[in-house]
Amino acid sequence: MKLGTLAGISALLFAGVGVLGAIPAKTETTEQESVYAELAKAPEKYRNKPNPLANDRNAAAAGRVLFEEHCEDCHGEQAAGGKKAPSLRAKEVQEATPGTLFWILTNGVVRKKMPVWSKLPEPQRWQLISYIKSLGPLETAGTKSGDRP
Amino acid sequence: MVFLALGSSGVTKAQENPYFVAYDHNLEEPGNLEVEYFSTFGTQRNGPNFHGFWTEFEVGATAWWTTEFYLDGQTTFGDSTVFTGFRWENRVRPLKNEHWINPVLYMEFEDINGADKIIKEVEGHDVESDFLAPNAEARREKNREMELKLILSSNYKGWNFTENTLAVKNLDNSPWEFGYALGVSRPLALKGSAQKCNFCLQHFIAGVEMYGGLGDRYSFGLHDTSHYLAPGLAWNLPSGWTFRVEPTFGLNDNSHQFLLRWGASYEISGFGQKVAQLFKGKHE
Repeated sequence: MKLGTLAGISALLFAGVGVLGAIPAKTETTEQESVYAELAKAPEKYRNKPNPLANDRNAAAAGRVLFEEHCEDCHGEQAAGGKKAPSLRAKEVQEATPGTLFWILTNGVVRKKMPVWSKLPEPQRWQLISYIKSLGPLETAGTKSGDRP
Repeated sequence: MVFLALGSSGVTKAQENPYFVAYDHNLEEPGNLEVEYFSTFGTQRNGPNFHGFWTEFEVGATAWWTTEFYLDGQTTFGDSTVFTGFRWENRVRPLKNEHWINPVLYMEFEDINGADKIIKEVEGHDVESDFLAPNAEARREKNREMELKLILSSNYKGWNFTENTLAVKNLDNSPWEFGYALGVSRPLALKGSAQKCNFCLQHFIAGVEMYGGLGDRYSFGLHDTSHYLAPGLAWNLPSGWTFRVEPTFGLNDNSHQFLLRWGASYEISGFGQKVAQLFKGKHE
């Protein structure tokens, strides 16, 4: 196999990733609204599911560690919104039931860049939800754009 | 230039299973790049032992599509070290939501030569004696192959169960060859720790995989095929590093008696955005 072939394939790969990233996105507000709209799609049986770790005093603290490891890069510090993903302090998220958030975490929103997190064991997903809920709503969360490009 | 741009990218903790051959349905997070190095040390009856090695660049193109580029090489002790080719792999998740069984479609193009010894999959009538030819002779054999897999994987109460079926077509008019891989794994702890730690049990995932060939279109079945059983361990560090080790045992006389695999990988978030900025000419 020739070096030229390799270089060609590498260039194609990088170009492909670049083009995908460079495709103009919808306006931030529209995108956030459409992501929040996914919450309404949670099936009834998930929506009513209680957080089994609701009385676990360590759950939110453990969830904070998990959030920093897996979520903060996209959702920003304190879940207030980042470059790639919306705020989790918006009232749409904070008012959603724990079961709804569990459903979103488990299934992701793969057509809107939110990955599936079923690879995290269930207790860790509930710990994340405990943390997100413990943060409470941020008044400007839904429209926060301070740390966006 | 791309790698200079990565200097300011973030790091995300990976959550990798310990499999080397089997795949589960968990794809790379969108925009992330995982750089991986793996080794296979192999024992060889009637010939010298070998060390196969490969590097992978795994990119989450979208939340439902992961693409990977591999570079392969090997050292046969007492013979030589050779570059053996490249692979380009794509995994696509066709369903939006998580299900009891989650399918992933896998397509790979390989341009490797006959000296390739990484044993990333076992197919058709692959047997230990295929590895006896000296490197100079084996390199003359060109293998341009299209490989298709159906990955069926489930997560249940912290366990992952995965079943892969494999069909490979050498593009030089050879028959379709078949193979399989099965895997099961589980983190050593299901709850996360309230403290940041490297050695907490939740960061370790133990598992076992089994894989082998299933013959080809004209002689489908288990005769003249090799099979392996491999317990493994993955250690996913919060810093973005993952280390894996997997001793592998041959299950019949056609198999290598023992393989030892190990690998290290590092996950970088924001790779896609950084590359996109290069194309747009923007800087943060």
